[in-house]
Amino acid sequence: MIHSLFIINPSGDVFLEKHWRSVIPRSVCDYYLEAQRASPYDVPPVLAAPHHYLISIQRGGVALVAVSKEEVAPLFVIEFLHRVVDTFQDYFSDCTETIIKENYVVVYELLDEMLDNGFPLATESNILKELIKPPNILRTIANTVTGKSNVSSILPSGQLSNVPWRRSGVKYANNEAYFDVIEEVDAIIDKSGATVSAEIQGYIDCCIKLSGMPDLTLTFVNPRLFDDVSFHPCVRFKRWESERILSFIPPDGGFRLMSYHIGSQSVVAIPIYVRHNLTLRSNGEQGRLDLTVGPKQTMGRVLENVALEICMPKCVLNCSLTANQGKYSYDPVSKVLLWDIGRIELPKLPNIRGSVSVASGADTSGANPSINVHFTIPQLAVSGLRVSRLDMYGAKYKPFKGVKYVTKAGKFHVRM
Amino acid sequence: MTDSKYFTTTKKGEIFELKSELNSDKKEKKKEAVKKVIASMTVGKDVSALFPDVVNCMQTDNLELKKLVYLYLMNYAKSQPDMAIMAVNTFVKDCEDSNPLIRALAVRTMGCIRVDKITEYLCEPLRKCLKDEDPYVRKTAAVCVAKLYDISPSMVEDQGFLDQLKDLLSDSNPMVVANAVAALSEINEASVSGRPLVEMNAPTINKLLTALNECTEWGQVFILDALSNYAPRDSREAHSICERITPRLAHANAAVVLSAVKVLMKLMEMLSDETELVSTLSRKLAPPLVTLLSAEPEVQYVALRNINLVVQKRPDILKHEMKVFFVKYNDPIYVKLEKLDIMIRLASQANIAQVLGELKEYATEVDVDFVRKAVRAIGRCAIKVEPSAERCVSTLLELIQTKVNYVVQEAIVVIKDIFRKYPNKYESIISTLCENLDTLDEPEARASMVWIVGEYAERIDNADELLDSFLEGFHDENAQVQLQLLTAVVKLFLKRPADTQGLVQHVLSLATQDSDNPDLRDRGFIYWRLLSTDPAAAKEVVLADKPLISEETDLLEPTLLDELICHISSLASVYHKPPTAFVEGRGAGVRKSLPARGAVSDEPQSQQPTVIPNQGIGQDSLIGDLLSMDIGGPPAPAAPASNLDLLAGGLDVLLGGGPEPAAGGVAGASTTGLLGDIFGAAPPPSYVPPKQCWLPADKGKGLEIWGTFTRQNGQLRMDMTFSNKAMQAMSGFAIQLNKNSFGVYPAGALSVGALAAGARADASLPLAVGGPVQRMDPLNNLQVAVKNNIDVFYFACLIPAHVLFTDDGQLDKRVFLTTWKEIPAANEVQHTIQNVIGTADTIAQKMTLNNIYTIAKRNVEGQDMLYQSLKLTNNIWVLLELKLQPGNPEATLSLKSRTVEVASCIFQAYEAIIKS
Repeated sequence: MIHSLFIINPSGDVFLEKHWRSVIPRSVCDYYLEAQRASPYDVPPVLAAPHHYLISIQRGGVALVAVSKEEVAPLFVIEFLHRVVDTFQDYFSDCTETIIKENYVVVYELLDEMLDNGFPLATESNILKELIKPPNILRTIANTVTGKSNVSSILPSGQLSNVPWRRSGVKYANNEAYFDVIEEVDAIIDKSGATVSAEIQGYIDCCIKLSGMPDLTLTFVNPRLFDDVSFHPCVRFKRWESERILSFIPPDGGFRLMSYHIGSQSVVAIPIYVRHNLTLRSNGEQGRLDLTVGPKQTMGRVLENVALEICMPKCVLNCSLTANQGKYSYDPVSKVLLWDIGRIELPKLPNIRGSVSVASGADTSGANPSINVHFTIPQLAVSGLRVSRLDMYGAKYKPFKGVKYVTKAGKFHVRM
Repeated sequence: MTDSKYFTTTKKGEIFELKSELNSDKKEKKKEAVKKVIASMTVGKDVSALFPDVVNCMQTDNLELKKLVYLYLMNYAKSQPDMAIMAVNTFVKDCEDSNPLIRALAVRTMGCIRVDKITEYLCEPLRKCLKDEDPYVRKTAAVCVAKLYDISPSMVEDQGFLDQLKDLLSDSNPMVVANAVAALSEINEASVSGRPLVEMNAPTINKLLTALNECTEWGQVFILDALSNYAPRDSREAHSICERITPRLAHANAAVVLSAVKVLMKLMEMLSDETELVSTLSRKLAPPLVTLLSAEPEVQYVALRNINLVVQKRPDILKHEMKVFFVKYNDPIYVKLEKLDIMIRLASQANIAQVLGELKEYATEVDVDFVRKAVRAIGRCAIKVEPSAERCVSTLLELIQTKVNYVVQEAIVVIKDIFRKYPNKYESIISTLCENLDTLDEPEARASMVWIVGEYAERIDNADELLDSFLEGFHDENAQVQLQLLTAVVKLFLKRPADTQGLVQHVLSLATQDSDNPDLRDRGFIYWRLLSTDPAAAKEVVLADKPLISEETDLLEPTLLDELICHISSLASVYHKPPTAFVEGRGAGVRKSLPARGAVSDEPQSQQPTVIPNQGIGQDSLIGDLLSMDIGGPPAPAAPASNLDLLAGGLDVLLGGGPEPAAGGVAGASTTGLLGDIFGAAPPPSYVPPKQCWLPADKGKGLEIWGTFTRQNGQLRMDMTFSNKAMQAMSGFAIQLNKNSFGVYPAGALSVGALAAGARADASLPLAVGGPVQRMDPLNNLQVAVKNNIDVFYFACLIPAHVLFTDDGQLDKRVFLTTWKEIPAANEVQHTIQNVIGTADTIAQKMTLNNIYTIAKRNVEGQDMLYQSLKLTNNIWVLLELKLQPGNPEATLSLKSRTVEVASCIFQAYEAIIKS
């Protein structure tokens, strides 16, 4: 189990430590820092020190390093650490060194509430928020005046009920339930434009503000699409198995209802194409770059927020390009060419072309850059998924309901 | 209005300031003060001095203040056990509070205070809390039992807490059940006897399965892990457990998913006679495993390490999912390497084209490590998927054409393996390989190339020239290249004896006479003797058919794999090592194994290609061809001084011509006889420097003394050889040692009798330490006086420092660390040792034989660091750090001692031992 937690800032200082069993000296973090010096962005998540195991995640510029003395399930720890960051973000809207330092008492109280002797105690933000009120200016002032604290002295009701994720006595004036269907296209496109691999990672995120104990049922037009799903604990798995509908009592507020994966078995539509041409000559002459982007299989929707990121070969010194749309920038240190295009309006296809200066005598062979593509398509779930209806039981009011679809690029690579 | 204000300090002394605030009458001020204390604690400042003042704030109605004080207590109680007792009363009182939150908090905090005296008071409240009416208190108390077990196992067993915990397994509240399971698992793991204290049985398992559906995600992980340790009675029970667990595969929490995978993988083993069920389960396992790969990179990494095991155990599960393992260019490197590994495992005839296309793409990426592994992967594909070998080879050739140095080298290494797997198929490409000979600078690539040249010597016209060109820099080569060169030349000679005699003699002399590497020397001598005694046998040995390279040389050994399958999702699965191999303090008897299979016996083991040394047809004639050698004589006697007229006397040159050819070949090593090693003499227990001439005959009036120092079984000795080179007999020998730095004095008389003219005698003089001390320069200088009937002779010699190392020179790790830190940096001396041979392990072994103890070995960025300690007879401790870089003959030695004067002689000793 987790013995201790250290939070480390980018310059390698431990600025928070919490021990759930005996105190482990912070020098144990040296093993992490050593690995970090070796490769700042690729620190292996599991490290072995002579007497301890260090399991770490990096998020938002800080690294959380959990230390264990014995055999432990690494995923368990990693999941927990992510949950810690999620909670901090939920409480303080961000998880940075400054913010943690500003709220260290709440942070410490939270950590103590989340883990006991290395066993997770309460990680649901609903329960935590009942135990320890999130700080806000109004409450701080009120507390100073009345002498109250933001630690609750009664046991949260959800803690032991069958629906631990929901607190009781929720009341809203406007009852609303919003669903966001977000699909991310992960793809690798090879030089010739053929798809090497493509898959969709989908999420249904909800923001549900309903009074009482509503029991919701979400039905899809085409549930057959799903072959690989994972659910929030609130979803009744049996009904999904038998009827392919999502039946659940939702947590209060925002949460991820389900995530799904549409993969290698089905054909995935690729909504964008990039025509590229990069020639580099090793004799010191200027090379040429020509890129054109266009929509493809978008089902009539518009591509927005299109941006291309190219990690150029090391030999490229600079680029001087002209784009007929959007802005471009080239960072000669990191060798990243960024072209921010924005919306693609047909019939004009965005194009960028120009010359590329190459270090003379540099070896240009064997350098195959890859284009990282970003885009969003509003009002479209590229898999074709559609929600058919949402029914509510167990409450008398009529909620306001809404579903929003959006498709984004996930890890979308085009090889050049 | 943020908490950062608590970090600001005044000049007056923080602790003092806090103390007065803590004792303030105002509640608000007290609370603020406690917050400041906690703030200092979070950043690692020592605020233990405030213990009594903070504890005084404990009695309060304010829950936040109480919690803060408890936080402080948990951190510092251990350092102030007597003060901690002050808190007991409040705890006991709180355990009776009407508010369950406070009861739980009290029992929870009490368990965290690891002070023996407190634990005595803990028992009663804990017993009550385990039966509390509120499930929140019960579940907290369950964890507390585990805490108590950690502090005092006997108390938990004696007080009957285990039974109470067992009762909680059937609690009505799933959260309580989950925590009880977690506590029990931890107690079982930590159990002193190594065997579980509480066994699961069918009814409890049933209760766990019921609780599984209702408890929190973390509870599910605990329950699933407990289930994985349970062996169902029959396949029906296994079947029903499987069915109830399968829904967990769709959980959003990756830890739950992986734990469920573990249980299923284990149970599937029991269901092997129900093939249909197994294939249904296999189908269900694939999607969740794939989903894990779309999570954060850290999760991906752990998932991939586990998928690696799953794929080895049941390749069918993911055989259609190849594409998800394709590498994205912005994956972290640790994810890339793992994906690559799995791609190769999944490669089959059906998908090989795709895989090769990808691998070729990867081979042009930027990251060198990854590119190397990709090239290597192409070779592994060629070996694994036979029909694709042709394509793989042509892909490799294309890559060689890129002339990117490390790609070429890596390609040559794998092509060597391909040649071994498919003999007589792709040798046509050898000429292309030979073109790149000059660019190879890595030992492994050079060794591979040399191997290829030797193996196919008969097809490469200028094989002798190629090998000869390598021989020029023989001594600068890495050991593995030297070994390969030796073998390759011998192969060449056996294949083309006519024109390569000179070459083989040259390489044999290089290997046996000029090399310090025992492996190389041994191999050289073996070849030499083989060639000189029985060339036919030599041919049979050196040119024997090699075992075919197995398709999956990198597969885990099946029993280890089975054990690891039981540990899916744990650290063991990430390291691919059984937990016993790396988890400290783990009982030896808790190895997990897969349940025995059902009715069907083990399926036939996949046929391993076996090696049958092929008695080549027409071998006799081949032997006859061997240069019409005179092998008519009887098999040669064991001594290398055989008079066989081998190679028309050609090898005689090599044999050295003298009456003691073997000893002549290894001049200067007469005592430790290198050839003796080959013939089975035991190696000396510790390094003995060769004898030196201490007193030359011309100064000793005909008496010549050679000597050295040894340490055997803890006894220091001076071994001397007295030779009488005078014309008259000598007698009345006696010896005296001058006062010296280490207080060495003779512990016995010199036992040399009369020496006739021309005679010699060996004498071993036992030495003791503790005699009169006088500082000498150099420190290990020893002045000796030897008397005989002719005169008294004086000479000086150097005591090699290593004989002065005592056998109790091993420091405890911790002591080593603290001592190293304590000794000031000014007392550190560095030294570089050239021409180091051998690995860190062999060096450490050599050192141990000489009373230099290796405390720890670490590998830092490819460098091996050995931490060693030794103690001199005069109780000077010396701490050393030896830095070795594989492939680099230079080693750096850092020495720390309170008496640094000893450094230079210790460095000499190190050099001598390392090179021995």
